[in-house]
Amino acid sequence: MQKLSTYKDLADAYARLKPLMRLREESAQGEITKRELLVCGGTGCQSSRSQELLNNLTAAIKGAGLEDTVTAHITGCFGFCEKGPIVKVFPDDVFYVEVQPDDAKEIVEEHLKKNNLVSRLLYHDPAHAGRTLARQHDMDFYKKQERIALLHCGLINPELIDEYIAAEGYLGLAQCLEKMTPADVVAEIKASGLRGRGGGGFPTGIKWEVAAAQPGPVKYVVCNADEGDPGAFMDRSILEGDPHGIVEGMAIAGYAIGATHGYVYIRAEYPLAIARLQRAVDQAKEVGLLGKNILGSGFDFDLELKYGAGAFVCGEETALLRSIEGGRGEPTSKPPFPAQKGLWGKPTIINNVETLVNVPKILNRGAKWYYSFGSEKSKGTKVFALAGKINNVGLVEVPLGISLHEIIYEIGGGIKDGKQFKAVQTGGPSGGCIPASQIDAKIDYEALTAMGSMMGSGGMIVMDEDNCMVDIAKFYLDFTMEESCGKCTPCRVGNKRLYEMLTDITEGRGTMETLDKLQNLAQVIKDTALCGLGQTAPNPVLSTLKHFHDEYVAHVKDRRCPAGVCTALLDYFITDACIGCGLCKRDCPVSCITGEKREHHSIDTTRCIKCGACANKCPVKAIVRK
Amino acid sequence: MAETQMSADGLKSLARYMDQFEDKESAIIKVLYEAQHIFGYLSNDVMLFIAEKMDIPAAKIFGVVSFYSYFTTTPRGRCQIKACMGTACFVRGSEKVVSEFEKQLNIKRGQTSDDLKYSLDVLRCVGACGLAPVIVVNDKVYGKATAADVSKIINEIQG
Repeated sequence: MQKLSTYKDLADAYARLKPLMRLREESAQGEITKRELLVCGGTGCQSSRSQELLNNLTAAIKGAGLEDTVTAHITGCFGFCEKGPIVKVFPDDVFYVEVQPDDAKEIVEEHLKKNNLVSRLLYHDPAHAGRTLARQHDMDFYKKQERIALLHCGLINPELIDEYIAAEGYLGLAQCLEKMTPADVVAEIKASGLRGRGGGGFPTGIKWEVAAAQPGPVKYVVCNADEGDPGAFMDRSILEGDPHGIVEGMAIAGYAIGATHGYVYIRAEYPLAIARLQRAVDQAKEVGLLGKNILGSGFDFDLELKYGAGAFVCGEETALLRSIEGGRGEPTSKPPFPAQKGLWGKPTIINNVETLVNVPKILNRGAKWYYSFGSEKSKGTKVFALAGKINNVGLVEVPLGISLHEIIYEIGGGIKDGKQFKAVQTGGPSGGCIPASQIDAKIDYEALTAMGSMMGSGGMIVMDEDNCMVDIAKFYLDFTMEESCGKCTPCRVGNKRLYEMLTDITEGRGTMETLDKLQNLAQVIKDTALCGLGQTAPNPVLSTLKHFHDEYVAHVKDRRCPAGVCTALLDYFITDACIGCGLCKRDCPVSCITGEKREHHSIDTTRCIKCGACANKCPVKAIVRK
Repeated sequence: MAETQMSADGLKSLARYMDQFEDKESAIIKVLYEAQHIFGYLSNDVMLFIAEKMDIPAAKIFGVVSFYSYFTTTPRGRCQIKACMGTACFVRGSEKVVSEFEKQLNIKRGQTSDDLKYSLDVLRCVGACGLAPVIVVNDKVYGKATAADVSKIINEIQG
């Protein structure tokens, strides 16, 4: 593409490129003469060989002589990761799931050449046994979703700037530069009700207003792409599927606060996201949408990527700034807030990936439109990463204020293997567990905090009856203990002590007194730690203590783990199903199994070391843990 | 001999890489990345070399290296087995998979085998939660792994 030097250049480019989207936006009517195939190219699907699948499709299309009428390319995450890799055919609007590289030929031969759907690759609706669904928006997984942040994921090829512009990309920025003052932009974002999607939920417009009001020519915009919450992959999918959206969002933020330089602080563990974003930055520079005098407006803005190096605390904004400056990522106390004194002492705004990707859409369609989604105090939509013991693992975007029930049972398709739903963990290591009894709760910032959890960046890990909540609390403490930077004592020492107490409880050394101490210390850490990491680290403990007190009591009083997870509290038994084959006896490392051939065997639980070797060996599954 | 030659070449290219930065302080993490990419790990000698070239106290360089889990000061194995221990993988049983690797390779998590063939690490979420539990060997991803798959994976990476 040639250089875009004025507002009109971009408007012309949009008018010229718009037809690229035609097949994808209109549903098929009459005879289909041209087709497009989009293959999911997110990390999840690429791990399931979607690149190879795309290569095979391209080859098969060529082999069938269809290359003039059919094109195939990659796109960002469709969100239905459980069923990946996904191939979507336009304009028929057909959605193939779990497609293997070897299936390429059949799709080309049957669907593209003969117009027959390949029904074996269609989605089988578990709610109506046997029924197959061809169209995306007929699936329960998608019905209640509202894609704004994820609008371009699964719609455009993220590696081509032409496609982004064709889908109204950079029009939001152009509009700001042509028709709005920086103060107008801030006002528009304020009016949209957009709040920080990285966890805290601070109103984005107010943050921008504070930074805009600071004097001085040097300010910075930082995108926090250090998505460290385990089990959360919203930001990664947005970076991979809509990298230009981040570039545009940051440029708009720069214009609004008067910054000319931006940094994206991105996790090194996301190589694909890094590659796509770097490509987007390079393309934007090439056509003049980044750099000097953007679209002839006199506004300069440049972007640079900075890699994280594996430190969870760097998701905390002050720690992140220290890391960009090149040092250890240790947090500093607030105030001063980064908006006043941030990177190298200059006013800096730090926004999360999902927050920024919403910005161009708000500018494009207006604050009122965005404000119309969501609940009373939480406007717009939120992307959640559904994972754990749920049928439909994936990325979902829903209007805030939706109920937990709708997310887990309607979109998520319920609990895996028909088990009992026990709890859902939101907010990552800083959040808490919401018990099954609160299934009808509405999901927004205030409601989650009231339940002792938090929005966090949007991870939602579903747990079933087989998960021990004490063990889960211990898992999170293990994480925060490892990731504590060590600067302040409550976090460095306190979390270690919490972890030790939880270990005692899971290994049968806890007493009721341990539970009291646990509660006390957790509260102290919450009140006294320096940064967000320390202050929220005890949340998993406090919320499980509150909602699953019985389970803690069972561990310390009865020395029993109701979920059957904590091995130290379990004993192995041989049931009546035993056929007396003797395999377990032969494999027991401490020879504590006795029994004659072809007769019922038994385990001496006083000598058993609970290694589980016998249970693994048993051909009739007669060895159980109780 | 070959090794000294390699490290001399490596230091030369690292020095060239460092020269491009005007503000040395903010480039520390990038330089350490490059150094680890060249040498596989960050030895004392390499850290001292960087400190001297960039005119930054060695203590500061070491402080940065020890802070971030990405950097390693010991050599890693040729096959780097990384098991995801993010929450999604954890609740779907990744602990059992890691234990099985430990048992079969006879090394603990965080360790490298004596012959430098394998190292075993746990990492926090690669973001492929739909495939949980996930094992990454070098750059290849094994999804929905179970303890029973471990010997198959080891066989495959040996071959």
